Amino acid sequence: MEDIIVCKDLNKYYSGVHALKDLSLKIKKDSVVGLIGDNGAGKSTLIKILSGAHQPDSGHIYFEGNKVKFKSTKEAMNLGIETIYQYSALIPEMSIARNIFIGREQTQYNVGNFGLMKTKTMQDDAMKALTDVELHLRSPDTPVNQLSGGERQGVVIARAMYFKSKVLILDEPTNHLSVKETNKVLRFVEGLKSQGVTSIFITHNLSHVYPIADHLCVMARGEKIADMEKKDTTIDHLTDLLVNG
Amino acid sequence: MKNLNLKSLLVRPEVATFIMFVVIMIGFYLANERFLDARNIRIVMGITPEYMIVAIGIAILMISGEFDLSVGSVFALVPMTMVQMVHQGVPPWFAIFLGLMIGVIVGFVNGFITLRFGIPSFIATLGMLYIARSLTTVATAGFPPPFPHILPNELFVYQFELFRASLYWALLVAFVLGIMLHRSNVGNWIYATGGDTNAASSMGIKTNNVKMFCFILCGFLAGFAGMIQTFRLEAPLPSQGYLLELESIAAAVIGGVSLFGGIGTIFGACIGAILIRFLESGIIMARIDAEWFRAGLGSLIIIAVVFNTYISRRATRIGQNKAKD
Repeated sequence: MEDIIVCKDLNKYYSGVHALKDLSLKIKKDSVVGLIGDNGAGKSTLIKILSGAHQPDSGHIYFEGNKVKFKSTKEAMNLGIETIYQYSALIPEMSIARNIFIGREQTQYNVGNFGLMKTKTMQDDAMKALTDVELHLRSPDTPVNQLSGGERQGVVIARAMYFKSKVLILDEPTNHLSVKETNKVLRFVEGLKSQGVTSIFITHNLSHVYPIADHLCVMARGEKIADMEKKDTTIDHLTDLLVNG
Repeated sequence: MKNLNLKSLLVRPEVATFIMFVVIMIGFYLANERFLDARNIRIVMGITPEYMIVAIGIAILMISGEFDLSVGSVFALVPMTMVQMVHQGVPPWFAIFLGLMIGVIVGFVNGFITLRFGIPSFIATLGMLYIARSLTTVATAGFPPPFPHILPNELFVYQFELFRASLYWALLVAFVLGIMLHRSNVGNWIYATGGDTNAASSMGIKTNNVKMFCFILCGFLAGFAGMIQTFRLEAPLPSQGYLLELESIAAAVIGGVSLFGGIGTIFGACIGAILIRFLESGIIMARIDAEWFRAGLGSLIIIAVVFNTYISRRATRIGQNKAKD
């Protein structure tokens, strides 16, 4: 299988702290990659670079074989790399439909970038997007703060699917979720593979990502300390790496 | 299903404000029947549009997650400079244009200081409150200048049978900005920015640009409203709009705009502004000492916010219980 993302020798400093050290990584198309590591291991730095939020100080990123340089999250999103941040992926007070289309509203009577939203189309498409990820909610007008944690992650994943993302980066998507809700989210992520979406699942909870991952990558102190197929490793081996670095 | 719709309507904060409005109107009418006379409505609605316009600007800015305490001072500065420019020989329409630009510039400076230096807009605009008021006094040059009658004030404040032209201007502003806020993609960005700035920017929204737009709009509307008041009074006063910043925040909050951003409507802000003016009039008409107006306004603010908080907590709980089923 071909690689969808290739990182070569990425380095990033934050006011003197070497947050990412010569990180190289290959991510295969249509796979689930588990990116694990303790707090401060450099996972967040890596995602921020892949999602375009931050720029690396050195090193290169290749997307589908082409060298890319993201100046903003919008540029990464336009290529099909969508990132779901741990705390801030949805606006709690806004409706499901409005959340799904934030920044990518369907508009008419446009003047430049501005126009009136096609409310009805957005509502219908929102419901369709939810159904596509097997999420059945009452109404697209429900404010997101009335949904459970798992349902919210479902909405975010539905959003990424709707906009035909090729790569979905999930930052701790199962944090603070109950066991039942966690399983729901894991099922969403597993379902992405068959729809041609590559996902990078960031977590410090190995037991969440292990069952659904094809590939696992362990980070510590800004470096990659292990990178292997699931079949070449065991949960005990990974745990050992995580704990002892 | 019908029951569900009614419930979702009742939890909307501006609906609660509207109900409060109706109750207060009935109360004052019972106290004095002349409260709802054409004459009294003409008086109250003659001054209300100016407050509505400021409240709309404040509401949009607050929804985007920022404040503007300088609106009261801009409300005085803009018309004062217009009048002084006309006295200096600037053609009236050009003076109006330049005056409104001052509102835009003040809004821009407020936004620039807040966003560039990352300080709370509360502080940036508090500074501007004093600066703009001081500039107004300086521009007055000692004694309030006479109103130059070549300014086209009738266009903005002409007294029709019941309402003034200013009401139609306010309704136009409310309509256009209502469409923008509630129907356009820009409105979606404003709500997203105020609701959660980090989430909005991770979705590719340029939140600083959105906020800057709201700051400028707010400054412009405050100046425009101040112009209307000066045109109505036919006298530019350096003290005009004193304490208006707090009153317009009160109007927005009474109308269901959240202090934390992300929640509110144009309709709510308008109702809030109208409610405050009728409250003032009602207290006078009921022959209560006018000094009680501020106590009434204070109570209204507290009741409105407590009520809205209670309602929205309940709504969230109902929703989450449903989700668990």
